Amino acid sequence: MAANQDKYFRKFQGADVISIRDFSEQEILFVLDYASRFEAASAPVLQGKILATLFYEPSTRTRLSFESAMIGLGGSVMGFTDAAVSSAAKGESVRDTAKMIEGYADVMVIRHPLEGSARAAAEGAEIPVINGGDGANQHPTQTFLDLYTILKNKQTLRGLNVGFLGDLKYGRTVHSLAEALSHFDCRMYFIAPEMLRMPAHILSELDQHGITYSETENLYEVSRELDILYVTRIQKERFPDPLDYEKVKNVYILNEKLLEHVKSDLKILHPLPRVNEIDPALDAYPQAEYFQQSKNGVTVRKALLSLVLGVHL
Amino acid sequence: MTDEKNSSVSMEMRISKLRNGAVIDHLRPGTAMKAIQVLGVTDGSTLSIGMFLDSKKMGRKDLIKIENRTLTAKEINKIAVLSPEATLCNIRDYKVVQKTKAHLPREIPVIVRCNNPKCITNHEKVGTLFVVVEDNPLKLRCRYCERAMSGDEIELI
Repeated sequence: MAANQDKYFRKFQGADVISIRDFSEQEILFVLDYASRFEAASAPVLQGKILATLFYEPSTRTRLSFESAMIGLGGSVMGFTDAAVSSAAKGESVRDTAKMIEGYADVMVIRHPLEGSARAAAEGAEIPVINGGDGANQHPTQTFLDLYTILKNKQTLRGLNVGFLGDLKYGRTVHSLAEALSHFDCRMYFIAPEMLRMPAHILSELDQHGITYSETENLYEVSRELDILYVTRIQKERFPDPLDYEKVKNVYILNEKLLEHVKSDLKILHPLPRVNEIDPALDAYPQAEYFQQSKNGVTVRKALLSLVLGVHL
Repeated sequence: MTDEKNSSVSMEMRISKLRNGAVIDHLRPGTAMKAIQVLGVTDGSTLSIGMFLDSKKMGRKDLIKIENRTLTAKEINKIAVLSPEATLCNIRDYKVVQKTKAHLPREIPVIVRCNNPKCITNHEKVGTLFVVVEDNPLKLRCRYCERAMSGDEIELI
């Protein structure tokens, strides 16, 4: 393990975290295993290091959990949270901004509405770049924390029955998670209204991996099979036509009634924020794992910051 | 005499035999102009272009003759995305000195446009780069936005 660990430490030092596709099954498992060290123990290993947060789009969880992770490990944080106050307003390219930030910080996290922006930033900068979400494309640290939460609860990622509920068309978290879980031979259930079904290109990739999946509009048809239910918000901002949003916005509202139709050890995950798709009355039940999932974001981001900066716990 | 030979004869009537240079043959019909652009042979070399020629193998094909300039296998690979069946013959003193087929590279830089309007390559000066996911039928994935494209979605810049 020690030799393997050194191999992965070398591989991650100075690396960018742009897409979950860039990581092999073994690398994903290494990150998740390494992250567990940050559950209890913490040390100011990143003292003297600076994280730059380049948020061209609003974000609460991602930005604050990165800040919490960096500060928790003794590092400092600087950045902007609004493109209007950055050089982007003057027409500076993402690449140039990243190149400039390289002189000010040791690592950067970027959230940007254009897809591929994090990859372009990484090409511009010598320091590690972490993708905090690029449009509807990737949000790899969210995927790592989703996988971490599943692993922590089920002690394995292999062979699980995983349900994905809600907006499967526009939700980047479900796309990335389904792709990542395809390494682990999970059975997938996609539960969505016709208008928000999983895109064909994702299904085609699952086919290529030999993954078994099914699609339904009725949660109760499959709920008893599930080990994990990953719920997503139906995102108003993604709908070109507001009328379409009105048609589907309340199509799934999970409440205590659901618990009569599921395994007792089911875990419900949600990348948050929720609007009204999960009744707060569910929060008190052991199946509700979403707030712990959000907390795991700090743990996983600590691990990734430590790895890419090459300073280990 | 076969159609292909007929075609060659009629070609010779139209385009004189090449003494030194390169012949790019078996281009998909209608792609010759784009191939010239992709290959960047717009530096003053004399070009002869045949388009929509009869071909026994392909039905119709395009062909380009470039005078006094040879091409490398790497250069011809650049047009594989346009015409996977393309062949290159380098000619010296009327004789073929090198014959090669286009091979699709694993990565295709710059020449393909990403069809995702939200891709960074359509907003900033970032040259496109596509990874070949499948050769036949051709399927490419944008290195930036990760969108996969195939068939008619693949558009050259």
